[in-house]
Amino acid sequence: MWTQALTKPDILNLVYLLAAVLFIFGLKQLSAVKTARRGNFISSAGMLMATVATFFFISGGQWISLIWVFIAVLIGAGIGLYLALKIEMTGMPQMVALLNGFGGIASLLVACGDFARTPAEHGSWDSLLATGLATLIGGVTFTGSLIAYGKLQGVKWAPDKPVQFGGQKALIFAMLVGSLIVSALIAARPEDAISNGFFLVLIALVALTLGVLLVIGIGGADMPVVVSLLNSYSGLAAAMAGFVLNNSALIITGSLVGASGLILTTIMCKAMNRSLMNVLFGGVGGAAAGHAAAGAQGTHREFSIEDATIVLDAAQRVMIVPGYGMAVAQAQHAVKELAQELDRRGITVNYAIHPVAGRMPGHMNVLLAEAGVPYDQLLDLDQSNAELEHTDVALVIGANDVTNPAARTDASSPLYGMPILNVDMARNVFVIKRSMNPGFAGIQNELYFKENCGMVFGDAKKVVSGLSAELADQ
Amino acid sequence: MDPFVTSIIVFVLAIFVGFEVITKVPSTLHTPLMSGSNAISGITIVGALLCSFSPTFASFGVILGFLAIVFATINVVGGYVVTDRMLRMFKQKKG
Repeated sequence: MWTQALTKPDILNLVYLLAAVLFIFGLKQLSAVKTARRGNFISSAGMLMATVATFFFISGGQWISLIWVFIAVLIGAGIGLYLALKIEMTGMPQMVALLNGFGGIASLLVACGDFARTPAEHGSWDSLLATGLATLIGGVTFTGSLIAYGKLQGVKWAPDKPVQFGGQKALIFAMLVGSLIVSALIAARPEDAISNGFFLVLIALVALTLGVLLVIGIGGADMPVVVSLLNSYSGLAAAMAGFVLNNSALIITGSLVGASGLILTTIMCKAMNRSLMNVLFGGVGGAAAGHAAAGAQGTHREFSIEDATIVLDAAQRVMIVPGYGMAVAQAQHAVKELAQELDRRGITVNYAIHPVAGRMPGHMNVLLAEAGVPYDQLLDLDQSNAELEHTDVALVIGANDVTNPAARTDASSPLYGMPILNVDMARNVFVIKRSMNPGFAGIQNELYFKENCGMVFGDAKKVVSGLSAELADQ
Repeated sequence: MDPFVTSIIVFVLAIFVGFEVITKVPSTLHTPLMSGSNAISGITIVGALLCSFSPTFASFGVILGFLAIVFATINVVGGYVVTDRMLRMFKQKKG
């Protein structure tokens, strides 16, 4: 009846709706660089509202538990601030991987916590099924993200190369199907709280193992896909926790994040011309180490910094093509200085950014933004390829597979069909590289043996700084 | 209507909204998009707060709730702050 006053839970749910609207609005503002910062702010205002409203809602409970809430928020905020302010821009993939994982474990804890708190009240099958699924997805997200973090950080316990063993795929599927069946079992017998508690612990343990198995078998260069996928999982886990609590805020927000991660996953897979299954179970980057490099062979031309400078100085249009090597060498600032030096000579400089350059979606963009490169000089795949045909010098810095012309021409190449940056279309190409060693996929780059390509060997940062210094001298 | 059915409806519609909104995000902003969505997936803090509420304090569920609040808060605070830090760096060419 309209005369009836809104109950406290009703008001809370309306606040959640408002928060969800602010999240969606905030994401909408991310569609342009100019409004993005405001969008992030609006989104955070929604979060503050939802949190404060919930806090007042629960404050009718025991006073002692509220102290613990404060302590928990303080600890979390302290760690969050520390990570956010301390992380280097080159470490951003690790940061996102960690946050994915924390999101996953938080959802797992909420689902299990709700179960432990009120096992007797769990009469409904749907809430129990969601509890099982939130535990499964949250657990996989947590350990999977920790392994991804390890691979990105380059620690010993998580090697960059894929770790695979016989029957890994079968084991993963068995564990996955097994935990789904156990989730269904929990849902089928809601009244049996004790065995359900046991089942839930079982799912949690299997999920935590599953996360490790799933990600350990994937190579470092495939991390853009993995990080995106885990991002999606962390959202799904939150949505499942929302089903457990019948909470629309968690369901809406979790779905938004799930959709976001899925879109990025699809973009990354398309940019590598590979299916998700191939990325997850292909083990690309592992076997090649033992074999001789596949693909083109021939002789390359080596250029000194001085010779390369002369060619650069004579150019009118230069395209810089950054890759993971630029991030490893922390060369983004040196690159920006070189671009300034070129700009001073009236040479047009743009940057060609491949979607999977680096270790996460948008990795190169953030690094170059940090160095102060205007974002309108960063061209995406299509723009870059249109521009490369009129480019005098393409300067490849630490990118490899995304520039291999074999992807266009050689049907037998593992890269065949992958959309690449057509740097070989430029009049001259310089590749800055440590040595002739093949790239991550173990495929030798045909580009290096082309007539218009010159190799400048050395550390990316040193070579780029050397080029700027040499240019300035002339 | 069963609350479960309502939840499913909300879930499906929200996914569609998510696809519509996020498809428009340019590739330049994909990293801030990820860290920003990390921040909003910290909405689990709301669920964690609801779980931490207990008439009897000494319950296993409260301990799990405590940990959940810690992790979710890391996501919220860390996610928003690092996203802002990144977005501050994006600049257009002068003139």
